[in-house]
Amino acid sequence: MKFGVVQFPGSNCDWDAFHVLRNVLNQETVMLWHKDHDLQGVDGVVLPGGFSYGDYLRSGAIARFSPLMREVKAFAKRGGHVLGICNGFQVLLEMGLLPGAMLRNRNLKFLCQHVHIRVENARTAFTRAGQKGQVLRIPIAHFEGNYYAPPRTRAELIRKHQVVFRYCDATGAVTEEANVNGSLDAIAGIVNEAGNVMGLMPHPERASEALLGSTDGRVIFESLIASFARRKTGSGGKPKGRR
Amino acid sequence: MIDDRVLAEHNLTRDEYDLVLRLIGKEPSLTELGIFSVMWSEHCSYKSSRLHLKQLPTDGPRVIQGPGENAGVLDIGDGWAVVFKIESHNHPSFLEPYQGAATGVGGILRDIFTMGARPIAVMDSLRFGPLDNPKNRAIMEGVVSGIAGYGNAFGVPTVGGEVYFHDSYTLNPLVNVFCLGLARKDRIFYARAEGVGNKVLYVGAKTGRDGIHGATMASAEFGKDTEHKRPNVQVGDPFKEKLLLEACLEVMEKGLIVGIQDMGAAGLTCSTTEMAAKAGTGLAIDLDHVPQREKGMTPYEIMLSESQERMLLVSRPESVAAVQAVFAKWDLDAPVIGDVVPGDRLTAAFKGETVVDIPVRAVVELCPAYRRPSRPPLGTERRRLHPEPPVPADLTEVLRQLLASPTIADKTWVFRQYDHMVQVNTVVLPGADAAVLRLKDGRRTLGKGLALTLDGNGAYVQLEPRTGTKIAVAEACRNLACVGARPIGVTNCLNFANPEKPDVMWQFEQAVAGLAEACRAFGIPVTGGNVSFYNETEGQAVHPTPVIGVVGLVEDVRRALGPGFRRAGDVIVLLGGTKEELGGSEYLRLVHGLEGDAPPTIDLDTEKRVQEVCLAAADRGWLRSAHDLSEGGLAVALAEGAFHAARGTGCVVDLAAGIRSDALLFGESQSRIVVTTTATRRKALLALARAKGVQASVIGRTGGRDIVIRLDGADVIRLAVAEARRIWKAGLPKALRARS
Repeated sequence: MKFGVVQFPGSNCDWDAFHVLRNVLNQETVMLWHKDHDLQGVDGVVLPGGFSYGDYLRSGAIARFSPLMREVKAFAKRGGHVLGICNGFQVLLEMGLLPGAMLRNRNLKFLCQHVHIRVENARTAFTRAGQKGQVLRIPIAHFEGNYYAPPRTRAELIRKHQVVFRYCDATGAVTEEANVNGSLDAIAGIVNEAGNVMGLMPHPERASEALLGSTDGRVIFESLIASFARRKTGSGGKPKGRR
Repeated sequence: MIDDRVLAEHNLTRDEYDLVLRLIGKEPSLTELGIFSVMWSEHCSYKSSRLHLKQLPTDGPRVIQGPGENAGVLDIGDGWAVVFKIESHNHPSFLEPYQGAATGVGGILRDIFTMGARPIAVMDSLRFGPLDNPKNRAIMEGVVSGIAGYGNAFGVPTVGGEVYFHDSYTLNPLVNVFCLGLARKDRIFYARAEGVGNKVLYVGAKTGRDGIHGATMASAEFGKDTEHKRPNVQVGDPFKEKLLLEACLEVMEKGLIVGIQDMGAAGLTCSTTEMAAKAGTGLAIDLDHVPQREKGMTPYEIMLSESQERMLLVSRPESVAAVQAVFAKWDLDAPVIGDVVPGDRLTAAFKGETVVDIPVRAVVELCPAYRRPSRPPLGTERRRLHPEPPVPADLTEVLRQLLASPTIADKTWVFRQYDHMVQVNTVVLPGADAAVLRLKDGRRTLGKGLALTLDGNGAYVQLEPRTGTKIAVAEACRNLACVGARPIGVTNCLNFANPEKPDVMWQFEQAVAGLAEACRAFGIPVTGGNVSFYNETEGQAVHPTPVIGVVGLVEDVRRALGPGFRRAGDVIVLLGGTKEELGGSEYLRLVHGLEGDAPPTIDLDTEKRVQEVCLAAADRGWLRSAHDLSEGGLAVALAEGAFHAARGTGCVVDLAAGIRSDALLFGESQSRIVVTTTATRRKALLALARAKGVQASVIGRTGGRDIVIRLDGADVIRLAVAEARRIWKAGLPKALRARS
């Protein structure tokens, strides 16, 4: 599978994603410059973490206007797989590719720590290598990760099984305490209705090597790679929600 | 007209001004006077310290660049070099905590990438006054968020550091920021304006009126009017700095520049004069071409502005267009503002007139150096504690108190505001004895890793500056040994009060002598550092606080050790001996309200041997964990071993009485490491220690849910790990009354 990692001027997890995709998972990976108009024929796009354009206005608010993002939007409309991590998730929200918005963390502080997230839907292209209810230990690092959606959107997300990850404790229980940033319904990651665009606040690329303390994040990249292989052999089709 | 009032405003003495007149052979214009004022300030010239700093060892087989450049450079093999330094931003952080700390991070990052290195780690050494004072809480909140705000956005992990609290830092916090970068050994860049005919380019943010005389401000004591100095503090823009980093590294990679210098303290003045002086060239610049944020700026303001995120580049004329294209890619301008010219003068034109014309050497190299009078403060003779404080009846309660003390308590409240994992290299996270990073080289990851630590206990240095500073170096190296790393180089930030006071100068001289002695003993070169004087406000001086940063190498990063017990049933061994030493300890201050008579003693030879045992055992794979004994002594070190264990494994420890039980449990005798090993390796470890002449004793076993310490068979401490951890975790948030 050929991955493209988008580089905004303030991206700072771009090379981390690149490292994991190319060196750890041995996938062909290219960098995609925000001013370019060409996706270089990639099969999947990763919007990495960071502070695109400084994020002085609102996280991700300016990134959506970059030339490359027009291409990414078209790619997503065609069914291409797009994974937004942290700031990449914020950009997807600002672009309207995913519903909802990010507020500041409940404690009004930047939070960098390992958290646990529970797989809520293992039938997406991003989680099919995992299992429903599986608990992953993955770090977060953000100031604005307190997910919010208005009631109707929230109901839709739940009804259509678009909530992919929830913050939980080590045993998988979703508790107030485990929901460190105060997200609505402890939501840590969501997928669009078509199932090809996912955003999550935790950083799977930081949990992909045993040396760094966890390999739980790999399941997300490995799912994508498996989904692509299925699609290529025609056995996949449109990923569906849970029943 | 330059009179005494003008000189006073510029912090120049009459004698210094007379020297300026002799050196330049004319009466300086106000702009020229401003240039001398900042460049001859304590902050830029090190005029009170540099004669003393000469005694530091700076050579070694790994040294590529010692003191004198933006940062030191050491060879770490495989074609790679580390570039590192520490700097203070104390004064600005007191005036405006968030921006003061943020721009401190920005400044040290530029020092590192100016030399061609990509910053891969930041650490901070912070000192605040007690948190029951709301002003101190506000300063701490601001400083920590400022460091986070800048480093997180820039994308450098803040991997560790230390925080101490003491009354002497009330109204005068210390904010020392360390940064380390990685560069190809054959691609180091220097601050030299080489090559007559080459072009001088200005890159980065526009010049504004912010920070004028910041360096001069940092070279005087603060009084009651310091609020007026707030406009001297600059405002940071980490996004611009990130662009600057990428663009600078790209023009370096492409071989498009011949020299580069960041505009830090004293801004354009410092960068132009230093680059010319180092290359033995002159510079002619045109201030009209300097990008300006505001209209109507005077030459004085343009030359002295300390606006952040700016760099000066020197490039061959034929490369200028290519340099500008790279900067345009990153949405940055790179106008040419001047030329490298023959001779030795800096000239600056403004609206067609020459407003500066001075010899650069006079500015950069001929500032007077002072051997200021020094005298030991009254009452530094050793004195016993009279009467001796009683040993508390409930030692478990003492442990509770210590664990809750902000200096010892868990620092997660601080560390989790910092992105400490970005760049995916952090192997040992903040909170351990030292941070450990793995190294990546394009496609592969190198087997070796780097270990980094900062140390400096001002309370020890206050009691005995020379001993205290030796301890700081020894403890830093010991911290590295505890993760399995050998030290390769030292940087330091020396925070002292007013050097014009003889007792402060004496403390400084003693500290430098101790630093030199300890670095020689460990065979590690000092590659650079920073001196911060005038750390006193309204007559209250800070504890003399040398902060020592040591960089070490871990041969096999997969084997890096941590402080936490690994499993129940392991054998706990104490390396090193415990003396009846309570002076300067956290216990004495917290429980008895005493500072004490003298700090713990230190014997550098013993220290080295203890570390060698730890390292040799780690190399052989005999150790499960290792943890340095420091503030809070043995009892706290054991508790921390339990906290860092995955499932909070407790311990049962048996000690033999002999000295005061509080000294045994909470004293801070140096050269001690608590390690755990398996039952089968126990004998070999003890034999290894014996062979090296190191005292080593099996003191107990890991396991159980409690921390149990017995003295001659009787429980003196029994505390559930869960409770201990709760107290330790809550200490800092509670003191800050922060929501967790």
